[in-house]
Amino acid sequence: MAYVIAGNCIKDDVCIEVCPADCIHPTPGDPDFESAEQLYIDPETCIDCDACVEACPVDAIFADHEVPEKYDYALDLNAQFFEQRKVGRL
Amino acid sequence: MSDRRVAIVGAGPAGAFAAARLLRVGGGPEVDLYERLPTPWGLLRGGVAPDHHEIKRLDETFDRDVLGPRCRFLGNVEVGTDISHGDLMRHYDAVVYAVGAQTDKSLGIPGEDLPGSLPATDFVGWYNGHPDRRELDPPLSGRRAVIIGNGNVAADVARMLTLDSAELDRTDTAEHALEALAASGIEEVVVLGRRGPAQAAFTSAELREMGHMDGVDLHVDPAAVELDPVSEEWLAQEGTFTAGKNVELLREFAAAEPKGAPRRIELRFLTSPVAIHGDGKVESIEVQRNRIERDDSGTLRARPADEPTETIECDLVLRSVGYRAVPLPDVPFDERNYVLPNERGRVVDADSRDPVPGVYAVGWIKRGPTGILGTNKRDANETVGLLLEDLDSLPAPQAPGVEAIDALLAEKAPDLVTVEGWRAIDALERERGEAAERPRVKLADRDALLGTARTGA
Repeated sequence: MAYVIAGNCIKDDVCIEVCPADCIHPTPGDPDFESAEQLYIDPETCIDCDACVEACPVDAIFADHEVPEKYDYALDLNAQFFEQRKVGRL
Repeated sequence: MSDRRVAIVGAGPAGAFAAARLLRVGGGPEVDLYERLPTPWGLLRGGVAPDHHEIKRLDETFDRDVLGPRCRFLGNVEVGTDISHGDLMRHYDAVVYAVGAQTDKSLGIPGEDLPGSLPATDFVGWYNGHPDRRELDPPLSGRRAVIIGNGNVAADVARMLTLDSAELDRTDTAEHALEALAASGIEEVVVLGRRGPAQAAFTSAELREMGHMDGVDLHVDPAAVELDPVSEEWLAQEGTFTAGKNVELLREFAAAEPKGAPRRIELRFLTSPVAIHGDGKVESIEVQRNRIERDDSGTLRARPADEPTETIECDLVLRSVGYRAVPLPDVPFDERNYVLPNERGRVVDADSRDPVPGVYAVGWIKRGPTGILGTNKRDANETVGLLLEDLDSLPAPQAPGVEAIDALLAEKAPDLVTVEGWRAIDALERERGEAAERPRVKLADRDALLGTARTGA
């Protein structure tokens, strides 16, 4: 299981602050931070703790089995962001 | 330093994040949050599209973090008109400008001022219940509207023009706009982008949303998503994750069979307007094809292609090609970049670049109209960090103290809306919203807002 961030993310960085696993990226100061339209959760390192869900002021974060239908793309999107980042595409 | 007092001018997201940051400092200064409207939160209330109601929920965070015991909301007061920059400097240790960018950029083409050709931002204010846009009366009886621009305001406006009435009825869209949009004859919205699909400024989230609307077919010409070699190379080497996603989505939409929906959005790329035509009102728009070139500095630019122009019949043209800030009386202004000249938020003289002690900037008036809501939080942290560093060494104001400020406000701002007034407006809007199964039913004219505010005072 993992959490995912949907497209209504406003890049308030409170989720990054509360994440104990450092799995939400890009973070302020990263070269791809300004160009990112939203923040993403790395499903490989997310520890399912729920802290970001509580912190998000616009309810943009969901458990992967509870993602509303209109945001179902977000599962792949979050994973793809990290896949592309790993191969240095970003 | 608890007797210090800071004025923030503008209660939009940048001002709200700045106030929240100042209030988090134990024993920090008191804050007066000035706003020219009777309601706080700026573009969160008056800009964010009504169908994005999750984002509008940020107002709960602002309410909690800003409107506390150490911060006064002073609404319906316009700095520069009702009270001056000099007034603020006389009474406050520091002044933070968070006034945003209040006008739109023009296209600079003939016919731009014909009735029916409007800044998209006016239309946004109209459907969001901005009291100054209530009388806009946009022409919606024609069959086709054209939107110029490829950013998220363009996407918002395209959705608002085509959303199903039943869906709109569940949002906090202003009553006058709900009625007008329900009676709208618009069946087709053409969105023009100057550059190509790889350079579109939409977020992939907004693009995806446009492609998945009930009752709307999104049309993208398959030929338009065949990238030119320059864009292909740019996307592979410099393109962002979003740009890649956008091209992927546009190809998907181009390949999709139309659903036969009652309304249609068409995205056209590499197309610029050259003139708006009509006899006394907008009747058509003339457009020119562009091609993408790399200039000497390596930047991609759209240049007119050697092709004849094309005319698109329409009754409404909404331009959304950027915002622009306006100067404030007695405050330095950078005429080239349309911001307050500043170093990381400390306002400086436009020529000498010497700091102007006690004056700060945050948000769009500091960095220009870029970024999304959360960008303002980091921006505010930077400005407020410097302000707190400076606070003890700033010259003391001539007439400090809340009594002197209240005397000034009593004289210059008799219709002041305080936090109690805003709470009364907020409560009434939410109560009406609950009855109508909507997040809120907005009060959209100034008299109603002020009348309701008085019931809370």
